[in-house]
Amino acid sequence: MISIIDYKMGNTRSVFNAFKLLGENVEITNEKDRLTQAEAIVLPGVGSFNDGMKDLNQNGLKEFLTEEIIDRKKPYLGICLGLEFLAKRSYEGGICDGFGWIDSEIVKLQPSEKQNKVPHMGWNDTEIVKEHGLMKDFTAAVFYYLHSFHMKINNSEKEVITSKCNYGGIGIVSSIQKNNIYAVQFHPEKSQENGLKLLKNFLEDIRK
Amino acid sequence: MLKHRLIPNIILNDGNVVQSKNFIHTNIIGNAITAVDFFNSWASDEIIILDVSRNKNKRKEFHQIINNISKRCFVPLTIGGWISNTDEISQFLKEGADKVSINSELIRNPNLLSNAVKKFGSQCIVASIDVKKNAKNEYEVFSERGQSATGLIPVEWAQKLEELGAGEIFLTSIDHEGTDKGYDIKLIKNVAENVSIPVIAFGGVSRWQHFVDGINLGKADAVSAANIFHFTEHSVFNAKKFLVENKINVRIPQFFNLPTPRKPKYNELF
Repeated sequence: MISIIDYKMGNTRSVFNAFKLLGENVEITNEKDRLTQAEAIVLPGVGSFNDGMKDLNQNGLKEFLTEEIIDRKKPYLGICLGLEFLAKRSYEGGICDGFGWIDSEIVKLQPSEKQNKVPHMGWNDTEIVKEHGLMKDFTAAVFYYLHSFHMKINNSEKEVITSKCNYGGIGIVSSIQKNNIYAVQFHPEKSQENGLKLLKNFLEDIRK
Repeated sequence: MLKHRLIPNIILNDGNVVQSKNFIHTNIIGNAITAVDFFNSWASDEIIILDVSRNKNKRKEFHQIINNISKRCFVPLTIGGWISNTDEISQFLKEGADKVSINSELIRNPNLLSNAVKKFGSQCIVASIDVKKNAKNEYEVFSERGQSATGLIPVEWAQKLEELGAGEIFLTSIDHEGTDKGYDIKLIKNVAENVSIPVIAFGGVSRWQHFVDGINLGKADAVSAANIFHFTEHSVFNAKKFLVENKINVRIPQFFNLPTPRKPKYNELF
């Protein structure tokens, strides 16, 4: 079973539909015993970092996820906010702590070229840095992005980056992988064929 | 580089896809799920679905349609028409929508926008503006599907909506809608250059060249149309091809085959 965390921050149903289309058993839940039994945990989400983290904390999910993902090594796929939560902290609406699993911070997107609007919304070219895991068999890819903040990874952990993209002169971390932790800034569930292929890659990689 | 988006707009009246001319909805064209299936496989970048039915009893059916459509739509899906509260936005999101578009209710109640943005985030809320030339030949915002003049000036209203947190502006020229005149370039440009959120142009497309004009001359971030997409095979794909040939930065068109075949009864899909 693939379990998608239900925490009221966004388009969980779209992610559900995508896994369903791939023929997977999938559920949307925030019950810990369900999540404990899951083969993999998916944390999607759009919206504000603070609100999302508040909701996860209220349900005691932050500590729970640390146990499941870090200690018990359960595969994790973070989408958009689900990537941003991996950082040590975010500056969205004041400083807010993340899971801290990746040595990084979430900062406001500030394109240097003025014609680039924020949020970064739409389809953008994505440069593959490491052609394995999520990015297996991709040479170049276009994915759907929708975000106003992005991840800045500290030098010590730059090797986790598996793809990146350029928006108005700013380098954006598009996807990362660190052991059993996979995450993407863009939306595979809304990136048509490329997105479905990426989700399939995720499933193949965790079942290797 | 970020691509310009090409967005088919599907207008539903009592559950049927209809043609629209100056906001009067006439010819029934067909079934919504079939339309989404085609548009989804013909390289659309997003899909917008608007409910224009005046029959309140049909709203439930509309929700059911969205619920079924979302299972087959793997590009962002925006839902609009008659949305007046955050409860219904939640419901659409649960049914698989990614964004909602709100129009008249924002004029009656601008607080809805700030509340919705707080709850769902800016990226989720498309503020829709309908513009018509008034008796003085000046652009004016109209609400209630073009029925009532609001006294609002389009650029100022767009800026206000941006300030309240809207993620995008969907801008329609009622005078051009359903005609063959192309976009109202002057209107689109005026708004697009005076807000810092994306503007989606709508109304008047009758040739692929109009999309090019909307982007190059109107400075729209995304271009949308309804009627033109319904009557030719591979319409969105061909429109995209035309944009590529005209050096517009768009996602290269590719046919996308859903791994699941269409079924006679869509709600039995899974």
